[in-house]
Amino acid sequence: MTAAVLARDLEVSLGGATILHGVDLTVDHGEVVGLLGANGSGKSTLIRALVGVVPRERGTVELLGKPLGRSVAWQRIGYVPQRTTAATGVPSTAAEVVMSGTIHGRRLLPPRDARSRAQAALEGVGLADRADDAVRDLSGGQQQRVLIARALVRRPELLVLDEPVAGVDLPSQDAFAGALRDLSDRGTTILVVLHELGALTPLVQRAVVLRHGSVVHDGAPPPARGEHAGADHDHIHPHAGDRDQTDETHGLAPSVRWRP
Amino acid sequence: MVDEVAGMLADPLMQRALIAALLVGLAAPVIGTYLVQRRLSLLGDGIGHVALTGVAIGWLVGNVMGLTESDALAVPGAVVAAIIGAVAIELVRERGRTSGDVALALLFYGGIAGGVLIISQAGGTSANLMAYLFGSISTVTTGDVWLTVVLSALVLLVGVGLRTALFAICHDEEFARAAGLPVRALNITIAVIAALTVTVAMRVVGLLLVSALMIVPVAVAQLVTSSFRRTMATAMGLGVVVCVSGLSITYWQDVSPGAMIVVLAIAVYAVVAVGGSLIGVMRRRSPHDPHPQVADDVHLAPR
Repeated sequence: MTAAVLARDLEVSLGGATILHGVDLTVDHGEVVGLLGANGSGKSTLIRALVGVVPRERGTVELLGKPLGRSVAWQRIGYVPQRTTAATGVPSTAAEVVMSGTIHGRRLLPPRDARSRAQAALEGVGLADRADDAVRDLSGGQQQRVLIARALVRRPELLVLDEPVAGVDLPSQDAFAGALRDLSDRGTTILVVLHELGALTPLVQRAVVLRHGSVVHDGAPPPARGEHAGADHDHIHPHAGDRDQTDETHGLAPSVRWRP
Repeated sequence: MVDEVAGMLADPLMQRALIAALLVGLAAPVIGTYLVQRRLSLLGDGIGHVALTGVAIGWLVGNVMGLTESDALAVPGAVVAAIIGAVAIELVRERGRTSGDVALALLFYGGIAGGVLIISQAGGTSANLMAYLFGSISTVTTGDVWLTVVLSALVLLVGVGLRTALFAICHDEEFARAAGLPVRALNITIAVIAALTVTVAMRVVGLLLVSALMIVPVAVAQLVTSSFRRTMATAMGLGVVVCVSGLSITYWQDVSPGAMIVVLAIAVYAVVAVGGSLIGVMRRRSPHDPHPQVADDVHLAPR
């Protein structure tokens, strides 16, 4: 059986700077893999190179057994980009944005039941009652959920998410973790970029840590550091705060540097 | 009054002009919606400038071939130049924005200057270009009407038929790429239908005002709608209304149809914008808490 995601010797340059050096990554079917690293370690670039958004300098990528390109079964892959704003020049409703997820490389016209599928996907992220509202009127966290629904509307086998819980409040993070658990239980392969494991800790089976554009760890998720490492520590506070910031610097990336 | 309108509708010249205006009013806002969506409102203007060189080249070729009507090839010339220009602009845009801005400017000014230079070589004068710059709907021939019908049908077919795919790439190009959509082909499709729209609208409002017909109805529509589909439909309806009524006014008043149509559209924008903000003020008076009730509220120490 082939892997869901297979990258070999991946090198990516953006604006003259080499962002990724010889990255190897394998994600097996049904696995939940977290991609961790400090800001600027190249984790977003890696995930964007995997789905073909940024060009590769060198190396190969296979998705669901097919080399990156037209032959990939795009209808089985859901991608959630890092949140920018989901609103653009012309107003569009949440349902319209989600419906744009029903088309892909092999289907330029939406299916007949696109509208009801979009409604179901919005229901899945708790926004059923906002389907006809303009995306620009939704809050940041709600816009993020619209983007997740857009990826889920095609019922993907492989879900690729770029920092889906950044800036999302705790109950929403927990709800999101629950939704991912359901998908994972049904066999969905999940590759998720995270700044920290947070609410997803119990879900992530394997962690890949990037530092300066290279993989420095591939295996068990790294334990939380400092006060979070205590056996009886109840992890109720995974987000923000200066303490976490320090932990991050000590634990995963001793020498954090901004890269372009 | 009824007699006057019947007289207008019986005039074959007005009939042709009205058909052209109706089709242009319907087609221009379709592509305009995509351009506004990706914040390329001025693309139509750029294509219009380039199309002027096409008009002059068509004229030159017509003269060289010794055609009796020296401007017979002006519209085909404009179509070819507009498509080449639009695709070039799209490819420049794809490379990166900073240099693209300057490259676009070069293309715009090159288009106007090239048109003026070439028309003088073709034995015409800059005055001959005026008809194309500001429109000359009163000289629309039966052949022009058929060309308009075919080109607008193509624009409507692609612009409305492929709307989900075109919406996807205009809304979020990164997601479209990650969905395996043929992003470049679709971008070039938008550029080509924009070019066709410019040349279709050239006879009605003129190259300098084409962009207004694409953008202003969309600007009005998005003031009152919250969905992409309804914005496009409203803009199309509005485009038809201002084109047909603007043209009809010129049957009685001796003014430029293109300018009349654009002024009407902008007047509608002004009325809707002012009306909309008045309604907004009235709504704000009603007691309604826009903040949702969420579980994760900040816990404050009881005092």
